[in-house]
Amino acid sequence: MDIEQEKNMDSSQGQSSDVLEVREGVDRETVETVQNMGAYKYGWETEIEMEFAPMGVNEDIVRLISSKNGEPEWMTDWRLAAFRRWKEMEEPRWAMLNYPEIDYQSQYYYAKPKSMAEKPKSLDEVDPKLLATYEKLGIPLKEQMILAGIEGAEGAPSEGRKVAVDAVFDSVSLGTTFKEELKKAGVIFCSISEAIREHPELVKKYLGSVVPQSDNFFATLNSAVFSDGSFVYIPPNTRCPMELSTYFRINAENTGQFERTLIIADKGSYVSYLEGCTAPKRDTAQLHAAVVEIVILEDAEVKYSTVQNWFPGDEEGKGGIYNFVTKRADCRGDRAKVMWTQVETGSAITWKYPSCILRGDDTSGEFYSIAIANNMQQADTGTKMIHLGKNSRSRIVSKGISAGKAQNTYRGLVSMHPKAKNSRNYTQCDSLLIGDKCGAHTVPYIEVKNNSSRVEHEATTSKVDDDQLFYCRSRGMDEEEAVALVVNGFCREVLQALPMEFAMEAQSLVAISLEGSVG
Amino acid sequence: MTALVKKDARRIDATEARIATLTLPSGGFSAPARADALARLRAAGLPVRRDEYWKFTDPAALNAPEATAAGAMAEIGAPLFAERDRVRIVFNDGVFDADASDDLSLAGVEIQRLAEADRADLHWARDLYGVLEARGQSPVLRPHAALNTAAASDGLLIRVTGTAPKPLHIHYTHSGETADAILHHCVRVEPGAELTLLETGPAAARFNKVLEVDVAEGGRFHHVRAQGRDHARRAITHVFARVGREALFKSFTLTVNGVMTRNEALIEIVGDNAVAHVAGAALGDGKDGSFHHDDTVFVTHDAVACESRQVFKKVLKNGATGVFQGKILVKPGAQKTDGYQISQSLLLDEDSQFLAKPELEIYADDVKCSHGSTTGAIDETALFYLRSRGVPVEDAQTLLILSFLADAIAEIEDAEIAADIVARLEGWLARRRR
Repeated sequence: MDIEQEKNMDSSQGQSSDVLEVREGVDRETVETVQNMGAYKYGWETEIEMEFAPMGVNEDIVRLISSKNGEPEWMTDWRLAAFRRWKEMEEPRWAMLNYPEIDYQSQYYYAKPKSMAEKPKSLDEVDPKLLATYEKLGIPLKEQMILAGIEGAEGAPSEGRKVAVDAVFDSVSLGTTFKEELKKAGVIFCSISEAIREHPELVKKYLGSVVPQSDNFFATLNSAVFSDGSFVYIPPNTRCPMELSTYFRINAENTGQFERTLIIADKGSYVSYLEGCTAPKRDTAQLHAAVVEIVILEDAEVKYSTVQNWFPGDEEGKGGIYNFVTKRADCRGDRAKVMWTQVETGSAITWKYPSCILRGDDTSGEFYSIAIANNMQQADTGTKMIHLGKNSRSRIVSKGISAGKAQNTYRGLVSMHPKAKNSRNYTQCDSLLIGDKCGAHTVPYIEVKNNSSRVEHEATTSKVDDDQLFYCRSRGMDEEEAVALVVNGFCREVLQALPMEFAMEAQSLVAISLEGSVG
Repeated sequence: MTALVKKDARRIDATEARIATLTLPSGGFSAPARADALARLRAAGLPVRRDEYWKFTDPAALNAPEATAAGAMAEIGAPLFAERDRVRIVFNDGVFDADASDDLSLAGVEIQRLAEADRADLHWARDLYGVLEARGQSPVLRPHAALNTAAASDGLLIRVTGTAPKPLHIHYTHSGETADAILHHCVRVEPGAELTLLETGPAAARFNKVLEVDVAEGGRFHHVRAQGRDHARRAITHVFARVGREALFKSFTLTVNGVMTRNEALIEIVGDNAVAHVAGAALGDGKDGSFHHDDTVFVTHDAVACESRQVFKKVLKNGATGVFQGKILVKPGAQKTDGYQISQSLLLDEDSQFLAKPELEIYADDVKCSHGSTTGAIDETALFYLRSRGVPVEDAQTLLILSFLADAIAEIEDAEIAADIVARLEGWLARRRR
């Protein structure tokens, strides 16, 4: 058999699973996912009886949410103050996003499964329907279960690390796993509503200290109406014994989700935190406005990883989640470190700028992002690196991918304060365009106010390289597989920054998100 | 809501106060364009610091009804480009200086003064005057350019029909302490024609200048300017260019001194295979008052297989501020675009700052676009290397600054003109050694 024939045989077998076995595990993952899955696999809905607060938002609703959570008076007042500010504010319009006016009065601000009326004492008491929901999503809520990566990846992380999960369903937290084991280490991991009741001193001290009550339009709305979220406290010199994770699920129709996460890493501590989100397929857009605050004290380190996979809307742009998120980490102590990693594949609208305030000396902030927009999706995302401390370091790696008729914008700020001597920033944002109907944009702001710091910014925009595509196709891949492979290569730097399990999920998501973008 | 109305009222008042001090020419071919521009100015209102486009530069002194006083500095040594064979036209405080100017005649070029041509009802410039400026008002408003079209007292109307044998040089002198000049030039480069336009001098205490350039198919236009050295002067200038098929547009600006300078360049590439380069070198010393230099560039690709380059370099010391706002917009269908943008600044001391917003907005997939931006101090290793070879520290610094600026100067095609610019730079650096 001559070489030519061999090649032909190879390529003719390209679609069969036999040949897939031969390829590296990573590649198989992507290809299989593309073959086996629909465009959005989390689009189903859990049919469950819900209890809603009346539609719309006003002071009574704010009070109602507060009382549902059994909050003390100071918290209610804090929310009301935010609500009063919010009424005075205008929705920001500077992002390169085009969406119809949001009617804030035609949303439900509080939705809770009826079975949760009496707060279950442990996960065993939670409605099996809810537990089944998370099982279906692949989120282990039973403590004996360990996260073994995505389906079909059995054996990949064979040792299987433990991950504690806080599961948030619409407006409430269902429960948190591994509480006892974490308690032994002194780690507090619970829902924010529980923290307000059980650890008011910590909440009072830190809530709103990174993202002030009236920081921006969406954060202010969140301050007023947040219904639940996660709270983490890592005591001094503690390495959190397992990864912590929150899984957000929007289920009810016309319901906005407003969750608030507060993470405090005390001196010398370390935690890695994962966040995932999905929502059912619906024709009408739904609002999600979250706030994440992270306080990092001396020598502490926080890694925050997000795989955002809210329903992106259909091909015509109907439905989907409007995702307006304020995330900020404050490196308050010297040598504090934060690392944001995000994979943004979902949402019809993404408005999200995870930021780092590098207040202490020798602090470090990193931001790794993959934002994929396909069909009618629009993403305006990036980061802010505010250098205030001496010798602070920051690194931004952003990969934006646009396909279909989508618009994808990187928007970022690097600011070197006059006092932030000898600081350093490196920014790289690359955009990839697939098709001639989409757009890729870069809007960086660079403000350097001292000369001992160095700031470097680089951005490129290009299309999927024809030579690379040709190479893949000559090896028997169809066009979609080939694009997925090239795109995974383009995103490699960011995927590598993710924790193992997330990296695999992210990789297959990249492939799914781009489905239908070629040809 | 009420707050908004209040804010707008203040903007309207400021705009009307400025308009009240203008002398608005009437009649002639430009009358309709001027009337439209005045309406544009009124609709937009003058900018305020809150406007995103003025985030880094305070427009207050540009908006004020009267110009802030600024003394004129004497020329040091030979004037720039003195040794080049050229046609020289002089405006003093924005007023045409016939005695100091050469005859308005250059082979292959028709030159007329706006103030004179404006007596006629028909003129070729009717299709250009205020036309490119009006196009440049979207997506971002440029109220000072509209003000210029409405109120420009003079300027040159230049029609290039052949290859000009030598450059046309417009020199702006400044003598009145509160001179407030508004000039508007139009250049039409006919198919296959070529011109080099030189501009030098401080012009006035406050200078508002618009240059509209329409380069037709296969035309070539070179623009080199050196903004004058008066410490206290302020300037807002706009270049609006439309670049046709296989045409070439190149613009370079050297800025030394000046309390405040905002140079906007809006380049629209409308013909396939065209080339547009815009570059700038700014050296600022905040010691004598302050130095604020803003380059705002917007390049639009609306044709296939075009190339654009933006190269901006700034050297800043003693609390000087450098600003760069640059954008490459690639419209749908503008495939095979090659867009490049670099903005760099060298901060010579702790007090200076660099503020940048380098943007890309791309709607076509088969393109190659990139931008880079860096800020930092002089490279200590390079300095050490030169010193270890026996170069005195100040010479070494000068050498490194010149090499830093080299990429921008390289955008000047004519070697002699580039050498004149380098000589000017060296002189400035030599005078400012400590």
